[in-house]
Amino acid sequence: MHAARTETPARDFETRARTDARHDRIFHGALKSCALLVLAALLGAALSMLWGGREVLFQHGFHFLTSSSWNPVTDDYGALAPVFGTLVTSLIALVLAVPLSFGIALFLTEIAPVWMRGPVGTAIELLAGIPSIIYGMWGLFIFVPFMARIEPALSSTLGQIPLIGKLFEGPPLGLGILTAGIVLAVMILPFISSVMREVFQTVPKRLKESAYALGSTTREVVWDIVLPYTRSAVIGGIFLGLGRALGETMAVTFVLGNSDNITSSLLMPGTSISSSIANEFNEAVGTHRSALIALGFLLFVVTFIVLLIARLMLRQLARREGN
Amino acid sequence: MNVRFPHKLQLFALATALALGLGTAHATDVTGAGSSFVYPVISKWSAAYAEKTGNHINYQSIGSGGGIAQIKAGTVDFGASDKPLDQATLAKFGLGQFPDVIGGIVPVLNVNGIPAGKLVLDGKTLAGIFLGKITRWNDPGIAALNPGMKLPDQKITVVHRSDGSGTTYNFTHYLSQVSPAWKSRAGVGTAVNWPAGIGGKGNEGVSAYVKQIRNSIGYVEYAYALQNHIGYAMMKNAAGNVVSPNTASFQAAAATADWKHARNFELLITNAPGTRAWPITATSWVIMYKQPRNLEHTRVVMDFFKWAYNHGQADARSLDYVPLPDSLVKQIEQYWQTQYKM
Amino acid sequence: MSSAIYTRRRITNAVAMVLSSIATVIGLVFLAWILWVTVSNGISALNLKLFTRITAYGADGGLSNAIVGSLGMDLLALLICAPIGVLAGTYLAEYAATSRLGATIRFLNDILLSAPSIVLGLFVYVIVVVPMSNVTHGAVSFSGVAGAIALALIGLPVIVRTTDEMLQLVPGSLREAALSLGIPQWKLTVQVLMRAATSGILTGVLLALARLAGETAPLLFTAFGNNFMTYSPLSKTASVPVAIYQYTNDPNPALHAIAWAGALLITLFVLALSLLTRLFFSRKKVSHD
Repeated sequence: MHAARTETPARDFETRARTDARHDRIFHGALKSCALLVLAALLGAALSMLWGGREVLFQHGFHFLTSSSWNPVTDDYGALAPVFGTLVTSLIALVLAVPLSFGIALFLTEIAPVWMRGPVGTAIELLAGIPSIIYGMWGLFIFVPFMARIEPALSSTLGQIPLIGKLFEGPPLGLGILTAGIVLAVMILPFISSVMREVFQTVPKRLKESAYALGSTTREVVWDIVLPYTRSAVIGGIFLGLGRALGETMAVTFVLGNSDNITSSLLMPGTSISSSIANEFNEAVGTHRSALIALGFLLFVVTFIVLLIARLMLRQLARREGN
Repeated sequence: MNVRFPHKLQLFALATALALGLGTAHATDVTGAGSSFVYPVISKWSAAYAEKTGNHINYQSIGSGGGIAQIKAGTVDFGASDKPLDQATLAKFGLGQFPDVIGGIVPVLNVNGIPAGKLVLDGKTLAGIFLGKITRWNDPGIAALNPGMKLPDQKITVVHRSDGSGTTYNFTHYLSQVSPAWKSRAGVGTAVNWPAGIGGKGNEGVSAYVKQIRNSIGYVEYAYALQNHIGYAMMKNAAGNVVSPNTASFQAAAATADWKHARNFELLITNAPGTRAWPITATSWVIMYKQPRNLEHTRVVMDFFKWAYNHGQADARSLDYVPLPDSLVKQIEQYWQTQYKM
Repeated sequence: MSSAIYTRRRITNAVAMVLSSIATVIGLVFLAWILWVTVSNGISALNLKLFTRITAYGADGGLSNAIVGSLGMDLLALLICAPIGVLAGTYLAEYAATSRLGATIRFLNDILLSAPSIVLGLFVYVIVVVPMSNVTHGAVSFSGVAGAIALALIGLPVIVRTTDEMLQLVPGSLREAALSLGIPQWKLTVQVLMRAATSGILTGVLLALARLAGETAPLLFTAFGNNFMTYSPLSKTASVPVAIYQYTNDPNPALHAIAWAGALLITLFVLALSLLTRLFFSRKKVSHD
């Protein structure tokens, strides 16, 4: 089975170039079809949601988008409260998790002694491996009572500030929008910090060393060298976390309080798109089921809009910097 | 060459057979899905039944609505629901249904100064609390039912289920029967538009919230109140007697329900007329095709429940359910004979 | 004057360093807290029975069928989504970095990231479970394969996203050096770029695994669940997360303990895999300094 090579070097070179070109085409085709598969997966999922929710979306579309009522008995559905809850809890999660993740990534790449980086980094990544139902149970049995003890202090301090105070009113139930936001923050922490750490490590050492040689402090190196170099990937990591926060279900369901009301206080119970689906899907039939699937579709739309805004802001930023 | 090919084919066939699970020894694999209310008892029965007959009854609790959807889609052999299907739906899909087990739902509360199991409520008051009309524990309506009890002047926090559930269906069905105000404001459903309160996911969520939040009241399946050591309330029933929730009062409700005239067993036994009957007693149903795709599987399901009615009573009681009364079991066996031409 | 600036810079630096250390401590405190709660609640059920007995109602039960099912489905899901995800991510980074198609796929991938898992489970139910059931007349409906496909859909966008980012960060000089040697594009991508980005791509795969290993909602309507042991990918399959989900909402405290023990198992599983892969790849990792 061992064929002897008899071709002349020139022909050998030519065939090699041709096979290379063919392999490249095959490779390109394989990659592209995989990428298109991702496209198909999303479009398929979105279309099947659109189809499943058609009854509510096409017959009561406007009412569905603008109403805040949610009544399975009279089959009257509005998406305002869940959409509001999803956006606010995700926003709180991001506000808390982004600086924390940044701090952790910074610690793991620049500050910690080398022996400590591996173990601590793995530990933080472990937060991502805890099943979301366990976040829910921990939240329900441990964190909610904990928050119930803290909330009176929040109400009596932050709650006294004019304007912001409105956010911290209400009885100390422990559960609610703020609690859900904090639990979400812990859940998305590993996603954002892992990506940040990974990309911080890709910054060429000579860039950083040149800056250090010029007398920069660690903070300045990170702020002026590392961050600009890795900005797009850092934003990517944040999107990764945001994506998880927007769609997270079980953990939120256990600590959010699940009340279909829109309130100004973060200490009050609320609801979210994914927790509404998780709560009611199993028992829902007919129009109710259609409304829940329509909510699922709406989450695609909400995500789309949120990402679009983020992207536009990024482009604006890039333009201002003249890149 | 000639030898190798069949050999490969054989191997392939063997691998396929293994992959399809044809090589395993047990007799029949039957699948059911639905109500989480009956999950504990069916699991327990299924293990004992498998030991005895070798048949596997694989039951998954995906919720009553899910169970109904799956049996309609034909992906499972039987569904289980805490809410009976109406006659039109049964006829349209060619489905039949029969009860499997009975249990109770209890109001649970956590109020400083009210001893566990001592507070008495009636349907109207309970509805008033869940409507958000009765907002304080020392409300005159509650006081009238509990003469001599010192009720605290505290605000009531209502805890309800956030997920759709058969428990909520039976609870709201009871409230609608005893309170016209509840019927018009909230109505009956596996999930309703709650006039007041916060929502906990599952019996577990409601139990946890009631335990954690002072001056709260909720409703859970009886077993959860016992296991979580939460105080429950006594109820004044339709006959005007004050009863405690226990297997005897659930049994009384089941026995006094008028099953004889319930076509396809479509009957909710909330607010049952018996003198000792617990007013919020609930039934669960098994739903199957009358002309199933797989006769053998349906036969095994019937054999399973027949076995359970006769031999599973101790298991049911140990999990705080009430086994079906004998008269009802006879009626179900008749139903099988007349409705299922096997 | 310049010394004042210098002092201020040093103070800002010190403050930043302290803040970032505090951030790390906060993260670790939450991890320790949740793990502690999991261990202290699950320790009574963490014994040999967990691995040798199948799920049963009560303290006698274990999780062996659920563990086998989960391992099988997680592995199968990873086998599906890791190659597709890495290749798709590579396409985005190497062939479609600036194209409109690339931008569209990248954008849609981010949306897929936030799709609630129950929705993806439902999608797989419609395109896999129902057709299978119709073709086989109910003999095969819910299956381990369907469960794995649903899980793969959860992991896929994570892998695509990280692969894309990590490849884009490989310095352009590496590409140019390789191309100037006359290496074909595919060899450049596979042997140079992917190798340089191995650690980052691996992070993505591990994050994907961590995410899909704990998912419950997509399995309910795809793998369904099984009270008995099964090794066939075409039969209804038990999984640890579904067992956890069912056990936590049950009045029986013995089942709660098994649920917590199951959660601990998943966490340890993710930890073990992440340590193993790190150990394995840190030796082979090429240094590009």
